[in-house]
Amino acid sequence: MPDVWHYQMVAAVLFMIGIMGVLVRRNVIVMFMCIELMLNAANLSLIAFSRLWGNLDGQIFVFMVIIVAAVEVAVGLAIIIALVRNRDTVNIEESSLLKW
Amino acid sequence: MTFGEIVHLVINEQNLFIFFSTVAILSALGVVLNLSNTVYAALSLVVSMLALAGLFVMLNAEFVGVLQVMIYAGAIVVLFLFVVMLLNLRGGEMAADRQPFLKLVGAGIVIAATVKLTSLLGAARSNPSGIQKDWMPVGPEFGSVRDIGLVLYTDYLLLFQVSGILLLAGIVAAVILAKQKVD
Repeated sequence: MPDVWHYQMVAAVLFMIGIMGVLVRRNVIVMFMCIELMLNAANLSLIAFSRLWGNLDGQIFVFMVIIVAAVEVAVGLAIIIALVRNRDTVNIEESSLLKW
Repeated sequence: MTFGEIVHLVINEQNLFIFFSTVAILSALGVVLNLSNTVYAALSLVVSMLALAGLFVMLNAEFVGVLQVMIYAGAIVVLFLFVVMLLNLRGGEMAADRQPFLKLVGAGIVIAATVKLTSLLGAARSNPSGIQKDWMPVGPEFGSVRDIGLVLYTDYLLLFQVSGILLLAGIVAAVILAKQKVD
């Protein structure tokens, strides 16, 4: 029988895979997908603890996280489209105008 | 042994947990390690989301599991696929790779942190004075649409309204950002 810490371990590993994607990949769309992976890992952690304490507040929180993720994807992909129109690339290294 | 007994022996909670978590982690790795085609990365992301929805259902969060399938797998990843196919991106991310050494260092640090984090969670699991390990007993209604609605429309009514305003602002921002003509 898996207990709450097994679910936390899966969530931690998924979160770390997301961090690794953001650090290693330079394709801005894949980096964005890895941010979604991290949000999902946090959702899994919240739901596991919500079930542990028998309290529904964690599930409401996950509901809100999903809404924020949907808005974030809509706005972020619009920004990526504008970026590709300007630069004609999805490599984040090419868009370093504000970087020193 | 009858067929039903064999089914119960194979499909129990532990095996389902192992199956769903393995699929979720492997397909998440597929998102990160897929260097050839962004469409494959998006499809790998769908598999990861669906496996996580299975884990949510195992944790008595049926409503959130359905939301996960509908919004993440159904809407968000489709949006990703639309953008990838609309932009008609070519490969060649690796051609402009400027700092391969820094990437290796970053990947190594993240892997070391993952090992440390899972071992810490294992230590917390075996700590007898830590928080309880056993699931609180809940009724069959826990996580159903009715229970979620009762909490969402009473205690969290303001949050619900604010999320509606946030969605409206997101729609307006997305239209304005994507519509701009650049001279």
